[in-house]
Amino acid sequence: MTATRPLLSRVANSLYWMARYIERAENVARFIAVNLHLMLDLPSYEEKQWQPIIDTTGDADLFEEKYEESTQETVIEFLTIDSSNSNSIFSCIRSARENARSVREIISSEMWEQVNELYLLVRDSRNLTTDALPRYFHEIRMACDQFQGVTDSTMTHNEAWQFIGLGRTLERADKTTRLLDVKYYILLPSISDVGTPYDEIQWSAVLKSVSGFEMYRKRYGRISPARLVDFLIFDNEFPRAVRYSVGRADRSLHFITGNPAGTFSCPSEQRLGMLKSELDYARVDATLASGLHEFLDGLQGKMNRIDDCLLQDFFLQPATAAGAAG
Amino acid sequence: MRFSPYDTGGYYDELFQPDGCPRSHARLLVDTIEGLSDGQLLRYQHAADRLLLQMGITFNVYGDTAGTERIFPFDLIPRIIPAAEWTRIERGLRQRIHALNEFIDDIYHDQKILKDGVIPAEVILSAASFRPQCQGLNPPRRIWCHITGTDLVRHGDGQYYVLEDNLRVPSGVSYVLENREVLKHIFPQVFEGLKVRPVNEYPSRLLEMLESIAPRGVDPTVVVLTPGMYNSAYFEHSFLAQQMGVQLVEGHDLTVSGNDVFMRTTKGLERVDVIYRRIDDDFLDPQAFRPDSLLGVPGLMEAYKAGHVALANSPGNGVADDKVIYAYVPDMIRYYEGEDPILPNVPTYLCWRDADRRHVIENLETLVVKSANESGGYGMLVGPHSSQKQREDFAASIQANPRNFIAQPTLALSRVPTLIDDHFEGRHVDLRPYILYGKDIYVLPGGLTRVALRRGSLVVNSSQGGGSKDTWALASEFPS
Repeated sequence: MTATRPLLSRVANSLYWMARYIERAENVARFIAVNLHLMLDLPSYEEKQWQPIIDTTGDADLFEEKYEESTQETVIEFLTIDSSNSNSIFSCIRSARENARSVREIISSEMWEQVNELYLLVRDSRNLTTDALPRYFHEIRMACDQFQGVTDSTMTHNEAWQFIGLGRTLERADKTTRLLDVKYYILLPSISDVGTPYDEIQWSAVLKSVSGFEMYRKRYGRISPARLVDFLIFDNEFPRAVRYSVGRADRSLHFITGNPAGTFSCPSEQRLGMLKSELDYARVDATLASGLHEFLDGLQGKMNRIDDCLLQDFFLQPATAAGAAG
Repeated sequence: MRFSPYDTGGYYDELFQPDGCPRSHARLLVDTIEGLSDGQLLRYQHAADRLLLQMGITFNVYGDTAGTERIFPFDLIPRIIPAAEWTRIERGLRQRIHALNEFIDDIYHDQKILKDGVIPAEVILSAASFRPQCQGLNPPRRIWCHITGTDLVRHGDGQYYVLEDNLRVPSGVSYVLENREVLKHIFPQVFEGLKVRPVNEYPSRLLEMLESIAPRGVDPTVVVLTPGMYNSAYFEHSFLAQQMGVQLVEGHDLTVSGNDVFMRTTKGLERVDVIYRRIDDDFLDPQAFRPDSLLGVPGLMEAYKAGHVALANSPGNGVADDKVIYAYVPDMIRYYEGEDPILPNVPTYLCWRDADRRHVIENLETLVVKSANESGGYGMLVGPHSSQKQREDFAASIQANPRNFIAQPTLALSRVPTLIDDHFEGRHVDLRPYILYGKDIYVLPGGLTRVALRRGSLVVNSSQGGGSKDTWALASEFPS
C-alpha cells in the first residue's frame, strides 16, 4: 500500500470551490441578517441602508443593471434567490452542491447529505415574507456551520480535507476584509462621526455579522474602531479574523505540499507565506495611519493572486507526461 | 394493511397464486405487511422516498432541462425468488456468460463459429458494434465481458427467458445495494425469518475482479472512468468508486504517455493499471473511435493494445450485445459449451430474413419490435399498445433497413404487488442480475427488479416511467 492516495487535480479544485461557495453563502446570510437587525435600531427618519451590503459583495454593477434602487426587497432578492447573480445564496449553494456532487466519493456521505439538504432548503425558498427572514437566514447560517462541523468530524483530515480548509479560510479572510472595508470606508467617511451612539450601533453590527461581538467584548471591552480593526484583522485566535484565517490557510497549504512551515516550494506557498508574515508583523496604528482602505484593498489583491497561483500549482496539470514518475 | 382483494389479473404473480393465496415463499412477508396498521406502510414509503431525495440518490433525465435530477422510484414490496429457482438462474447465467465470452474472443481471433457456418458471417460484419480495431486483441485472462447485467423476464408460463444480454456498460447495481439497505430497516423480522442471500459483498467482488485483470501484479491502481456528473448513471459511478475506495476519474483527468496511462494529481502524474470504464466504446478514445469525443482519453486504445492498462469491459464486446446476434446465443451455447441452454431466449424474428420480415410486418400489432442497437427502451414498438401511425412508421423503417430490426412476441411479463396510492395493484416486472467475470464467474444473488409503474405498461426503463424493487434470492426453501 502507498502511504497516501494521490488526489486528482480536478477533485482538489472542486473541494476548494465547494468550501469557498459554502463560506460565501454563509457570509452573505450573515451580512443580510445583521443589516436587517441594524435597520430596526435606526431612527425612522434615517434612510435605510442597503447599498453598502451590495458593495460588500463586489457585484454592484450587476445589481444596478437589474434593479432600479437598493431597497430591502431588491437587495435581499438579489443576494438571496436571484439565480442570475452568481454570488447569491442560491447560486453559491447550487455551485457548492455541483462541486460536492462531482466529488461525492471523496467527501463523506454526511457531508453530501448536508449540502444536499441545504440546497433543497434554498431551492424551495420563494416569496420570503419579512417575518420569515430572520429565521430563514439563521437556518442557512446554521446549515453552513453544520456543514463545517460535519466536514471536520466525518472526513479524514487528509490532503482532500486540507483543500477544503484552504478554500474556506481564504474565502473567510476575503469576506472579513470586505465587510470592514465597506463599514469603515463608506459608512464613516469623516472621523468626526466616531463615538456617536449611531457609530457604536454600526460597529456592533459589524462584530455581530462575524459572530465576534461577544468575543470582542471579552477581549477589549469598549467598542473602539482601532481595537475593532485590530481584532478583525490582526487577531490570531478569533476564527473569522483575517490573520487567523490566513494562518490556517498557510498551515493547510504546508500540509498539502509537505514542506516545513516557513519554507516554500511553489508560488502559491511563497505568496501565502509572505501575506501571513505581513499580518504577523503589522501594527494596527500604523495601518490606520497609512489608510485602512488601501491596506484592505491590498490584502484582497494579494489573496486573488494566491488564488491564481493555486490554480497553476495544483488545479491545472500539464497535458504531457514529461517528468512523470514511472 | 390488507392485500385482499388482490387480483392477479390472469398474469403470473411473483408473490401470489392465481387463487389469491400467497405463494409459500411470500407468506411471511404478506403476514408481516398485513400485520402493519393502516398507514404504517405508506409512512414507510414516504420516508423511503424522502430518504432517497435527501441522500441525493437520483438519476439525470436526458433532454429534461427543467429538473435534471429525479429519484428512481422505489417500491417497498420486494420480489422474492425461491432458492431452487435462483440456483437454476445462476447456473444458466454462468453458462451463458461463459459462452458469450468464448464467442467474442473467437470473433476477434479465428472466427471458427463463422467458418463452421453456425452464424452467417454477414450478421457479424454488419453489426454496428463490431470493432475491427479489436481484431487480434488479447485482453488479460482473455476476458471480454467482466461486468454483465442480463435482463430476464418471466412469462405467463412461469418460465424465465433471457431478454437482453447488456454486455457493454450495464447500470443499476447501485440501486440493488441501496434498496436492500432501505428494506433491512423496514422488514428486519422478515429478513430474520427468510434466508435472504446478502448483496453487500458486490463492491468487494467487483474490486477483486478488477484487480485480477491488472497487467502488473503488485498493488494495481484501479479507477472508475465516468462521462461526468451529467450522465444519467453518475450517482452509480460515484457510489461504486466510493464503495471500492478507488478514484472516480473523468476523461480529462487521464493522459497517455509512452503507452502508459496516468492520472493528473496535485502531486503530478500517477500511473493507472485498471480502468472500469462507464463510457461507451464510441467515446473511449477519439484517436481510435469517434474523433469528436470530448469524454475519452486520446491514446487509450494504444495503451490497451500494448497491454499496459486493462479495461473493463473490453472494447468490442458489444458485438455480442447486438439484438440480431442475440438470436444466435442458444446456438453459441451449444457450439462452445456442448450443452443445451439452461435459460431460453425469447423467440426472435430477424427482419433481414425475408420470411421473418413478412411475418413481422403482417403481425405488428401483436409483436414487440426493437432496433438492433438501441437501449433504454428507445427505438421500440410495443405492438398491442401502438397506434396505426406508429405501426406504419415502423413498417417503413423495417423495409428501409431490415438488418436493424428484430421482433419478439409480446410477453405477458410477470407481476408483483406494488403500492399504488393507498392499496396494492399488480405491476409488470423484469429482473436484471449482475454477473462478474474475473478469476471465476460470480452472480450477485437477486439483482435489480425493475417495475413498470404505469398501469398495464410493459416498459420498465427508468427513463420511461419505471421504478425498482428489492429482490430477495432465498438461500434455502421456506417450509410451506
